[in-house]
Amino acid sequence: MSEITPGLWELLLKGGWITVQLTVFSAALSVLVAFAVGPARTHRSRLVRFAAGAYVEIFRGTSALILMFWIFFVLPMGFGWQLVPMWAAVLALGLTYGAYGAEVVRGALAAVEPGQLEAGIALGFTPGQRLRRVVLPQAWPEMIPPFGNLLVELLKGTALVSVMGVGDIAFGAALVRNATGDSAPVYTVVLLMYFVLAFTLTRGMRVLERRAKAGLGQDTGPSVADRFRARRRAAAPPPAPAAVTGAASASASASASAGGER
Amino acid sequence: MRWDWEAVGDFMPRFWDGLLVTLQALALGALLAFALGLVWALALRSPYRAVRWPVAAVTEFVRNTPLLVQLFFLYYVLPEWGLTLSAMATGVIGLGLHYSTYTAEVYRAGIDGVPAGQWEAATALSLPRVLTWRSVILPQAVRRVTPALGNYVIAMLKDTPMIFVIGVMDMLGQARQFAAETFLTVEAFTVVGIAFIALSFPASLLLRALERRLVR
Repeated sequence: MSEITPGLWELLLKGGWITVQLTVFSAALSVLVAFAVGPARTHRSRLVRFAAGAYVEIFRGTSALILMFWIFFVLPMGFGWQLVPMWAAVLALGLTYGAYGAEVVRGALAAVEPGQLEAGIALGFTPGQRLRRVVLPQAWPEMIPPFGNLLVELLKGTALVSVMGVGDIAFGAALVRNATGDSAPVYTVVLLMYFVLAFTLTRGMRVLERRAKAGLGQDTGPSVADRFRARRRAAAPPPAPAAVTGAASASASASASAGGER
Repeated sequence: MRWDWEAVGDFMPRFWDGLLVTLQALALGALLAFALGLVWALALRSPYRAVRWPVAAVTEFVRNTPLLVQLFFLYYVLPEWGLTLSAMATGVIGLGLHYSTYTAEVYRAGIDGVPAGQWEAATALSLPRVLTWRSVILPQAVRRVTPALGNYVIAMLKDTPMIFVIGVMDMLGQARQFAAETFLTVEAFTVVGIAFIALSFPASLLLRALERRLVR
């Protein structure tokens, strides 16, 4: 039983940085895959549709950990491709979560009103223009919440790379445990580190969603500042009529912002 | 690419052993997740803050941290707390606990989805609280959420290989040992990978059929 020394803390922090990098790179790859495969599932050509469908079923069907083992051990032995562990991990995570992301993209594109597409056709837009200028801007805010969930799943998935010897947080935890011989403190600290990262991601995605919705002129609900002001108004002992007019004007402005632009 | 059918034959007996362990862990873990999730969901509707807040905090924390690290935590820390369990039992608890935080959300949505009239009817009949839950609300809520629960069983199937890190000889554990002894890595891991697709793809098709029947 010994304390976690400054050197060991440094090990955990370095691991944290690797985890952040893994998350960022795999998320970037996932987004690329999602935007390539998702729309491909509604392509005119049956062959493209089938290929995209097969991709999603295969990469969602296997476990991320199994895929990682495959990329780490089978690619080098079977095909002679050896990847740096970090990039092998990014490939495995990006391909897996890309398959989930593709379904998010497909669902959000399908949720755009058909009338919007028809308007694009009526204006003589090419299919590419329709996607870029009409459908995607409207589908984008719909995608953000499920993408946020996926991002947290991806962050948790990065812990798997420690099994392959990539020095992320989970790997650092094993080293620190070996050094101190005391499991409870180090694993508690490490779980907290993951939680803080996940919480940061969730908050960030919420800001992104708010911006995207505001960009479309949709109602985003009261912001944190609005809610704070409302609470202060409620807490202050107001003369009754003033409070009523305040609430009425607030709801009027909310409905005006919701009604505008649509 | 080097592919040796004989190696696949050699691996098969161990593969079946591993498959059995994987399926056992999945079944037990899912049962635990279903049961615990319901407990969380009911606790989150408790009229007492002292019950609601800790449960909300714990489920939120467990949901947002990696299962792999939780498995290590349980495996190393439970014995320090004087609870020594087998690797399999620890794995099942880890899987069940992790996924119970997801099923809790599913139940919550299911309970919220029961029409308000059902509650009012139970009140009008002056049914006791327990009876209201047991014979009016839960049967309707659970029926609605069965497909969503099934989705989590499939997700769990894909997370079960993680229990090999604490020494459970599931499919992945067997494949790793076989690969270490014979260097027939390509065959072992490919067989296991195909097994996962062979399990999860039909399961998701089945679930979609179930969803069409149950949720209308």
